[in-house]
Amino acid sequence: MQITRKVEFSASHLCYHPAFSEEQNRAIYGPASNKNGHGHNYILEVTIDGVPDPVTGMIVDLKEVKEVLNREVVDIMDHRFLNYEVPPFDKIIPTVENVAIDIWNRLDGHFQGQARLKNVRLYETEDLYVDYSGS
Amino acid sequence: MKLTRRYRFSASHRLYADSLTETENRAIFGKCANPFGHGHDYALDVSVSGPLDVNTGRIIDLDLLDTLIHRSILEPMEHRNLNIDIAEFQGPLVPTTENLAIVIRDRIAGVWGTYFNASKFPEAALEKIRIEETKRNIFEVAAL
Repeated sequence: MQITRKVEFSASHLCYHPAFSEEQNRAIYGPASNKNGHGHNYILEVTIDGVPDPVTGMIVDLKEVKEVLNREVVDIMDHRFLNYEVPPFDKIIPTVENVAIDIWNRLDGHFQGQARLKNVRLYETEDLYVDYSGS
Repeated sequence: MKLTRRYRFSASHRLYADSLTETENRAIFGKCANPFGHGHDYALDVSVSGPLDVNTGRIIDLDLLDTLIHRSILEPMEHRNLNIDIAEFQGPLVPTTENLAIVIRDRIAGVWGTYFNASKFPEAALEKIRIEETKRNIFEVAAL
């Protein structure tokens, strides 16, 4: 059985690779390559897989999930400029793909018992999202 | 890794099979069989999968995906009558959203290679088509 918790955070970023030319950056990242950055209201859906505990009837303590999501993701990324304030995005491009992988890596260690992290879905806009499940 | 992009278009259709009687059409399709058709604001979700290119941080060229979807799906279908304007529905195939999802899947799959084989993302693959006909009626079809 799976349970999904949703949180939101807002952050700015820019997608610009210093090794590429202006034209290449524009071709790959479009307006996201504009040098001064821009922002999104990201929506993060974290899915946890497990078996309901026979006593509590719960797969996982949702209070704990909420605390982990806030501590490991929201407190770090919300109202920040990802490229300048949130490593590793000083070194890698904060595409929605890379941000989802980074969020997976931040969360994975916290859910390795009976309840396991199953999927990270990150919406960059309501028309674009990625799913990452560890590979 | 999987990426999903949402597109929107509005179109009309009528669900009516010539091979069935008026009564049968009414029983199967209800008000969707009304003679002059009706319309929907469709939301089309296109899911693709592929390995992350570590250099760009992307799994697909989104511009190229947008171009493909615009040319193959949105330009022909936007503000059109599916029964009359779309070749696949000019014969006996009824433009239910099941069939529409299959037609869209096949149109995309048919040209996929011409867009992506020579791109930076040759391993990007079509994964799934999902269409919301309304907020309550949602259809999914997997890529072949």
